[in-house]
Amino acid sequence: MRRESHGPELLAEFGTVDAMLHAIDALGDSYGEIETYTPYDVPDVDGRLGLRPSRIGWIAAFGGLCGMVTAYGIQWWADVHAYPLNVGGRPLHAAPAFLLVTFEGTVLGAALATFIGLLLLLGFPKLWAPVDEVEGFDRAAIDRFWIAIPALANENDRERADALLHEAGALRTVVVGGA
Amino acid sequence: MAAPPDALQPYPVVGALPDDGSLTRDLLGPNWSASRAWWPLFIVSGAFAVLFIVAIAFTVVKGIGVWGNNIPVAWAYGITDFVWWIGIGHAGTFISAFLLLLNQRWRASINRLAEAMTIFALVNASLFPLLHLGRPWFFYWLVPYPATTGVWPNFKSSLPWDVAAIATYFTVSLLFWYLGLIPDLAAARDAAPGLRRRRVYGVFALGWRGRAREWQHYRVAYMLFAGLATPLVISVHSIVSLDFSITQLPGWHSTIFPPYFVVGAIYSGLAMLLMLVLPVRRIFHLEEVITRRHLDNIAKLILLCGCLLAYSYVCEMFGAWYSGNVYERFAMLISRPFGPYGVLFWIMTAANVLTPHLFWSARMRTNTIVLFVAGVIIWVGMWLERFVIIAGSLSQTFLPSSWHLFIPTWVDWSLLVGSVGLFVFLFLAFLRWVPFVSVAEVKRLRLDVQRGVAERSAT
Repeated sequence: MRRESHGPELLAEFGTVDAMLHAIDALGDSYGEIETYTPYDVPDVDGRLGLRPSRIGWIAAFGGLCGMVTAYGIQWWADVHAYPLNVGGRPLHAAPAFLLVTFEGTVLGAALATFIGLLLLLGFPKLWAPVDEVEGFDRAAIDRFWIAIPALANENDRERADALLHEAGALRTVVVGGA
Repeated sequence: MAAPPDALQPYPVVGALPDDGSLTRDLLGPNWSASRAWWPLFIVSGAFAVLFIVAIAFTVVKGIGVWGNNIPVAWAYGITDFVWWIGIGHAGTFISAFLLLLNQRWRASINRLAEAMTIFALVNASLFPLLHLGRPWFFYWLVPYPATTGVWPNFKSSLPWDVAAIATYFTVSLLFWYLGLIPDLAAARDAAPGLRRRRVYGVFALGWRGRAREWQHYRVAYMLFAGLATPLVISVHSIVSLDFSITQLPGWHSTIFPPYFVVGAIYSGLAMLLMLVLPVRRIFHLEEVITRRHLDNIAKLILLCGCLLAYSYVCEMFGAWYSGNVYERFAMLISRPFGPYGVLFWIMTAANVLTPHLFWSARMRTNTIVLFVAGVIIWVGMWLERFVIIAGSLSQTFLPSSWHLFIPTWVDWSLLVGSVGLFVFLFLAFLRWVPFVSVAEVKRLRLDVQRGVAERSAT
């Protein structure tokens, strides 16, 4: 799910989306967990990185269900048990009237769960990460596309990965993090 | 970008944009320094916001007797302003949520502006019912909480529905807006001149770095919000309309109210959106980002909503006539068009029913002056509609001996004008400090256009 960078990583900077996608293809799946940093949501990255579909929908569904039960429960408790008020002989348990607030409660619960769930899944707020120390990495939010792969202990492998990235069009590569 | 010319869609969804780096600088540039016109506008609108605060303070200290409200017209400007503002908010959600679900890619460059409009309209909207409570410091009585008195709200009344609807709508709109902002706040963090700005934007960006895993969850979360906000926005104005339609009052007691109000809400909001988008587009030279396609599409939506609204007006009148009920017929067919507020009714009808038909003409749909003026006319027309429905219906009810007119006082006017001032004040602050065009989405849209995948779905 969430990936913390523990060991050193090899970062490569690309000038275009296509160069970055090409590099991911060139690396194949022999270099461990690849991560990308892009200024906008690039199509086809998920499939190339083999990411599993996000499960945030379940979090939203759970939040919505909680909101729904809570909203209906409060109304039922308040108007049927705690403070029954006879309005022109109408039933105390008036489901059609209760449904409006129940709907709002469902939406509120689902929205809050989605938002909080997203923050938890992404480990936000996370104001610092080792990649931030890389000079020029800030362009990842503007117009540059970065790939990060776990840097390999074996020097030969590392050099091969580095060569592959350069061949695919990397503007430069940097090793970051670790001891 | 060599898309084949389409007779139905002559304007591109993105114009000739510079590269990503310059585009980011152009779109975020206004956040680093104020333009020349900004300060005077900010101060003038701030003065009107102060007027709003003064009127609120006066109302709270003296009580709502300082308004023109009376019996039978117990609801007047306060509720009119409330319904008007909350309706304006709906167009923002319409653009950000409906159009996202329907894969209408052109929304990308105006959704942020529209969502900001929603938030600030809701700030205004939520103040009016609170003031109308008379003793607003007891507003929490509307919320179910375990009080020592043992008294709970009556959920068969429409007022607790309103509280739930508005609170939910405000929360969801704010989160949706903020969620959309996060990647742009990250761009602002990384593009901002000076450490202080970088820190502030950095805190709000929460540590967004654009990792594939971030985008993956984010995309789904954003779509979920759109899926939640779409039915929500329909429910909110339906509930607002129920405040009226569950009463017995002729002119209010109508089953067409929920859809009629929702359509009117989106209509008024689109009108105000034009009033905001056109100056922003002009002042910040965004013609290549907010293209004529956007103006054309907004105008078409206004035409559609205007036709639906006209249909609702006719249905409302027809229903009153067909019911055979003398009070219904009197309220809708005599009092409303020919009664004391008849002039307002005819102005409203002309503004809301006739104006949109300008937009059958393709030239009118991209003429910025026509669009702006039409926006203002509909914006005012929709306020009049709510006034005619609310105060007009109340002033002449069943018993002629209790008829009474509503005359607004200076406090009523100050609250109305002041709320517009507060809106403009907040909107200017937004333009000054928040990325007001979705930079990340425009970049992505441009990529899709270049790859030829957006045109098919971007109509």
